[in-house]
Amino acid sequence: MGHLSTDAQAMQEFAVILVSSILINNFVLVQFLGLCPFMGVSTKLESAIGMSAATTFVLTLTAMASYVVDVLVLMPMGLIYLRTIAFILVIAAVVQFTKMFIEKSSPLLYRVLGVFLPLITTNCAVLGVALQNASKDLNFMQSSLYGFGAGAGFSLVLIFFSAMRERLAVADIPAPFEGAAIAMITAGLMSLAFMGFSGLV
Amino acid sequence: MIETIAQYPILAALIALVGLGILFGALLGFAAEKFKVEGDPIVEQIDELLPQTQCGQCGFPGCRPYAESIAKGDAINKCPPGGQATINAIANLLDVPAPELDAEHGEEADVKTVAYIREDECIGCTKCIQACPVDAILGAAKLMHTVIADECTGCDLCVEPCPVDCIDMLPVEETIKEWHWPAPPTTADLIASDLRPQL
Repeated sequence: MGHLSTDAQAMQEFAVILVSSILINNFVLVQFLGLCPFMGVSTKLESAIGMSAATTFVLTLTAMASYVVDVLVLMPMGLIYLRTIAFILVIAAVVQFTKMFIEKSSPLLYRVLGVFLPLITTNCAVLGVALQNASKDLNFMQSSLYGFGAGAGFSLVLIFFSAMRERLAVADIPAPFEGAAIAMITAGLMSLAFMGFSGLV
Repeated sequence: MIETIAQYPILAALIALVGLGILFGALLGFAAEKFKVEGDPIVEQIDELLPQTQCGQCGFPGCRPYAESIAKGDAINKCPPGGQATINAIANLLDVPAPELDAEHGEEADVKTVAYIREDECIGCTKCIQACPVDAILGAAKLMHTVIADECTGCDLCVEPCPVDCIDMLPVEETIKEWHWPAPPTTADLIASDLRPQL
């Protein structure tokens, strides 16, 4: 990667990053990051869509901000060993900003998301994106795309999963499997299905 | 300058993290000022769902105080005039399960009623005027009172204070403008797989 002679090559590379972060290395079902909101906010389709939007926003913004912090502050000062703590600082600030933004623009969504909104801070998918970007030496555009792709992949599976759970809530399920148990099994099957994407690119 | 700082790793780490902290703190402070929320918008939305009878049967002096209390976490089933329909609407808004109407605060009326003052019995005491939460009763001291039927919310609050019991709650007569088809039966057959077995 790196030597781009034409726009077409660049586009192709971006497409590869998107497909790989959405499907092949899906953060939830293949890398098993960000499982807390995946189980917690998936009982209702509406709140799942809101959570997806918020998380995608945070992931993209964090990928950009952490790239800037990494390149402009940590690398020149030889502080690469401080990446984790510096990125956590970035994430906390971005999530707090998102929280304020949602509180202002959509009070209902703010209420529905409740505690899960500040908990995006501890969503390991967010720190995962920042750290993977840094370790893969991606440039600014690639980093933001990877962050956005991670968010899109997260949204995809979260919305699919919540749609299934809405059906499961009214379906005739054997008593021992009701509630979280059948949700876990469903998540496992979805994960198996997503493993099938490996080798796509 | 960066090279000089980089020679002292601990100093560099301190400067970098403190600097980042100050930078983000300033950004968030600016955002907090910019995205400041005036009042509580959720109260407005709850208040719109309440029937605005201002009857006080919920134990609050009106619909808006009750809306504020709900936003703080009070039970949503204290509004008899709104009935189950209002409870369901608020439950849907707040994404909480819908409880039954709390019988302690009164029962849901089957038909919409309106207050009617038997005018020849009225002694003009103004007690019902003071009780009316929506100011729907006209009259003055020692003069006959009457109810503006369009304004009356049918909350019953004027019946109790009347010393000569001349106020009746009459059902609102259905006119050709208000009549509508009865709703279809709610227990329509769903797709078999959607039905949860009734335990």
